[in-house]
Amino acid sequence: MENATNFLNIQDVSTAFKINGRFYDAISHINLQVHRDEIMAIVGESGCGKSTLATTIMGLHDPAETKTSGVIDFEGTDLLQLSDDQYNDYRGAKIGMIFQDPLSALNPLKRVEDQISEVMDYHSDLSRDAKHARVLELLDQVGIVAPKRTARQFPHELSGGMRQRVIIAIAIACKPDLIIAYEPTTALDVTIQAQILDVLRAIQQENHAGIILITHDLGVVAETADRVAVMYAGQIVEEGSAEQIFTTPQHPYTRSLLRSMPQRENENDDLYVIQGNVPSLQRMPQGGDRFAPRIPWVPQSAHEAEPTMHTVAPGHSVRCTCYKVFTFPDQQKGPVTP
Amino acid sequence: MWKTILRRVLIMIPEVIILSILVFLLAKAMPGDPFTGSINPKADPAQIHHLMKINGLYDPWYQQYWNWVVHLFHGNLGNSYQYQEPVTRLISSRAANTLWLALLTMVLTYALALPMGVFAGRHEGKLPDTVIRVYTYVTYCIPFFVILVIGIWIFGYVLGWFPTTGSISADATSGFKSIWSRAYHILLPAILGALFSTVNIVQYLRSEVIDAKRSDYVRTARSKGVPNKDVYRHHIFRNSLLPIAAFAGYSITGLLNGSIFTETVFSYPGMGLLFVNSISYRDYTVITALVLIYGILNLLGTLLSDIILSIVDPRIRIE
Repeated sequence: MENATNFLNIQDVSTAFKINGRFYDAISHINLQVHRDEIMAIVGESGCGKSTLATTIMGLHDPAETKTSGVIDFEGTDLLQLSDDQYNDYRGAKIGMIFQDPLSALNPLKRVEDQISEVMDYHSDLSRDAKHARVLELLDQVGIVAPKRTARQFPHELSGGMRQRVIIAIAIACKPDLIIAYEPTTALDVTIQAQILDVLRAIQQENHAGIILITHDLGVVAETADRVAVMYAGQIVEEGSAEQIFTTPQHPYTRSLLRSMPQRENENDDLYVIQGNVPSLQRMPQGGDRFAPRIPWVPQSAHEAEPTMHTVAPGHSVRCTCYKVFTFPDQQKGPVTP
Repeated sequence: MWKTILRRVLIMIPEVIILSILVFLLAKAMPGDPFTGSINPKADPAQIHHLMKINGLYDPWYQQYWNWVVHLFHGNLGNSYQYQEPVTRLISSRAANTLWLALLTMVLTYALALPMGVFAGRHEGKLPDTVIRVYTYVTYCIPFFVILVIGIWIFGYVLGWFPTTGSISADATSGFKSIWSRAYHILLPAILGALFSTVNIVQYLRSEVIDAKRSDYVRTARSKGVPNKDVYRHHIFRNSLLPIAAFAGYSITGLLNGSIFTETVFSYPGMGLLFVNSISYRDYTVITALVLIYGILNLLGTLLSDIILSIVDPRIRIE
């Protein structure tokens, strides 16, 4: 197994989008390590920058509309320094991406087989027959019952679960070292979700891949992830092992998220609701704790002026100092008064 | 796919029947009778009455319609009043002219519009896109016949590059010479027609390319490591062409309708000019035949559109 710095090491990465001629950070100063043989989950509300992080790693942004800085060190290469052509040697080959919406993510006019073997057209020297055999093998691997028939079909002839499997087959066709799974189960029934997650885990064990699982579904995270990074407003606010995040969450945002998740113990209570919304890019607070406006009962003095990550346990870190004093308004017993 | 096409062709049969009934009834509704003008004005009304009777004009309309259809199938559409020759011969001598003009116009239109549409969509918001859009809006705003007249004035009279009337010069008799002369005569109307009918295709294609560019399947293709030019060739272009393919058939009929202007302004002896002249001379048999032919061509155009679409889009095929 390779160590962290040799696999994927994201250092100080920011991505800004151009809106009306000005650039606004969608993610700012992200630091994250992903290892082989692990599933790293990235969670957060819509608009927190999860997808921007994924597409930044894939290099899918139009350079005229975005500005990216920092270093994405992948197996010793800084991806952000690559030209588009050089990047194409990584996309599909060493990094595979699984997309969210299985209907729109497939080309409606191409047969399943052509869409899967297209990856191999660019990244392998396989013969036509070898590619055909590999397509059937992949379809079988992702749990499609009749690979031969499915290979000949068009996306509109498949069910949602089958399309999602085809998308996974595309992502893993060249046995990538890193798989970015972007909401791979959101569009699916719960039973299909479990099957898809099993497929992902099996592939990972076979290829020793590192997986970045991007989702807002904490249930999926609890079930699959080894480590978790919680994102809010373009920043990572807490990072730790799945166990640490679920049993001893520290950051107010993580705790709020977990509390707003339905659980057996509180099924008769009202769910917790986090006040307010994720700020839009133009309204993003530039200094201070970005989550502070949504927990107004916590005094300003509890926040750092420029919040940094603090290690609370080995492998578990949290942004800002406010976690030390934070309690929910209905559970206040500590030093905070409303 | 053959099933889709067969089904589509079968649907056309009732369409053609309804069309022919409409055309027939409209012709019946026109005032006058076929004899009053064509024989001695001093003829006895009783004799006209007799002629009407032996020609079956007092039969019920469905009987007359049936006779008309039977004649139609024997290639007999009656005689033109103006030219005193069979309508079928009159039209068939003009049809080829119109067809060549329409075909060349269409080829030039697509040859211009497809690259422009893709180019504008690909470089959305940049200078070439703006230039192309301004061009299409300008051509859209100016009435077609005004363009034709200006075109004739500039290229026909001032520069003298092209002939301005007719379909062939009088001295072009031998094989090759006559082909060249015909081609030379349709060049200016075809180019003007093409330059000013690109707007729909360019605007559609441009917005389709812009949509496709941002679509999820294009993002999937990019994440496979497909180079940009192949993304355009294999993914964006074909998907963007769907709506263009969908109205390719209609655009053929549009051209035939447009030929009415072009042929009139260029005095080009095709079906369009024949139509306009027939209307001004009240040449009813010719008008009826042309309306029927234009109607059938429109139906064929939509059939063609549907067939093209079922070839390029697997989603609408019937398996």
